[in-house]
Amino acid sequence: MHLLSIDWWFILEKLVLIVIVISLSLVIAMYTTYAERKVAAWLQDRRGPNRAGPWGILQPLADGGKLFFKEEIIPLVSSKWLFILGPSLAMLTALLTSAVIPWGTSLHLFGKDVPLQIADVNIGILYIFGVVSLGVYGIMIGGWASNNKFSLLAAIRGASQMISYELAMGMALIAVLMLTGSLQMSVIVQNQVEHGWHIIYQPLGFIIFFICALAECNRTPFDLPEAENELNFGYHQEYSSMKLGFYLFAEYINMFISSAVMATLFLGGYDIPFVNETQWGLPQNLLAIIGFAVLMAKIFFFLFVFIWIRWTIPRFRYDQLMNLGWKGLIPLSLANMVITAIVMLWKSKT
Amino acid sequence: MSITQILFWFLSVLALFSALMVITSKNPVYSVLWLILVFFAISGHYLLLNAQFLAIVNIIVYAGAIMVLFLFVIMLMNLNKSNEPQKNKWLKLAAALAGGCLLLVLVAALKNAETKSAIAESGTGDIGLIGNLGKALFNDYVVPFEISSILFLSAMVGAVVLGKKEASSHPSGEEA
Repeated sequence: MHLLSIDWWFILEKLVLIVIVISLSLVIAMYTTYAERKVAAWLQDRRGPNRAGPWGILQPLADGGKLFFKEEIIPLVSSKWLFILGPSLAMLTALLTSAVIPWGTSLHLFGKDVPLQIADVNIGILYIFGVVSLGVYGIMIGGWASNNKFSLLAAIRGASQMISYELAMGMALIAVLMLTGSLQMSVIVQNQVEHGWHIIYQPLGFIIFFICALAECNRTPFDLPEAENELNFGYHQEYSSMKLGFYLFAEYINMFISSAVMATLFLGGYDIPFVNETQWGLPQNLLAIIGFAVLMAKIFFFLFVFIWIRWTIPRFRYDQLMNLGWKGLIPLSLANMVITAIVMLWKSKT
Repeated sequence: MSITQILFWFLSVLALFSALMVITSKNPVYSVLWLILVFFAISGHYLLLNAQFLAIVNIIVYAGAIMVLFLFVIMLMNLNKSNEPQKNKWLKLAAALAGGCLLLVLVAALKNAETKSAIAESGTGDIGLIGNLGKALFNDYVVPFEISSILFLSAMVGAVVLGKKEASSHPSGEEA
């Protein structure tokens, strides 16, 4: 089936993959909200949601339904298009990153190999950075269009925090790139399958990256844009109904995707630890599914840590946040980069 | 028409239309948003030319960083129609003339340039791929590259010095 010299089967295959990945992100984000409430309840010695369905597992659906039925309010003086654009952009940029993450090895379906990755571009990491740097717009546009001083302040806080932590994040990653010699996500995972996980070689880089991921997701202790005791509610103060839902939901999708990125870059992606699974003689499809399950387990671990941190550590003050970013993490990541380079040079000499 | 051609026309129309909207929008925030769209269209053109690195760096640096700062400044200053200074007519005319002259010079300079006869290597050239670009940058052009990085560093230090000066003249002022 060739039309306009495009292989339409290829497009179809990718389309199906995109639909699966996006629905997966949405469902997992939905149940992360449930997990957050359950874990919070557990940490605070209470029961958490337990009314909707057995153990309250229908709670996310009930929450979603509630948001849908709430009244939609658009402030009279705000710019209507930008007001709608804000949450849409937040959602869009949250979902875009999933395109370059390798979710597993390839499946063998209908007589051909289907790689479990939407786009294996050779600038994978830069693509992630591009999307992350666009993530600011959702918050900024929404906060500005609300025409409310608190929202604007929160939006500006959010934007400056994201810009500051992007730098350290990028420099922590350069060390990983030097180890791999490629920006392609699949090559990075393959390198870890062969030589061991990057967290062993780059513990400091991993810690820096993790802290920056917390800041990029606006999670506690970096949730200054939503500091309710200073800013009433934050950048989504004027929002109601599903638009507010989009903002809240985008945070959970961001958490899921950044957990996936961390698992891919530092914990070996779909690699099963301590074993060489290619020697088991299992069929290719089964191996791919096991690999996917292992990646998911790593992601769930990170999600749990995210939630754990939120309910354990109190929020920073704004100057502490900036000091940590600019005077703590950036010099550390620079040192990490230089040391990695020196060690690599020294090893290649001997 | 091949898919590359269709994409080329689509991106060109998008880029030109958004660029027009940048200068005709009354509200500066809208101008910035249209400008971001222009950068996306141009990145699309880079992708058509197989220059993936350039495309993504264009998005990271321009759309992701510089435009955010623009938006920052515009939002903080709260520029809008009512307090926009009205320039006088002669100034506008002079600006249009100057812009037209620049266009004339550019067209004249490019009219006989070699590049006009060269056909764009759409989707086939590989100098834009990151490996080749890195090798060229760090082997053949390493001195200009380092010099430009020092230039950036000095500009950055200069900006910090200028910013600091303001703060030290008001010792009682609050820390930012």
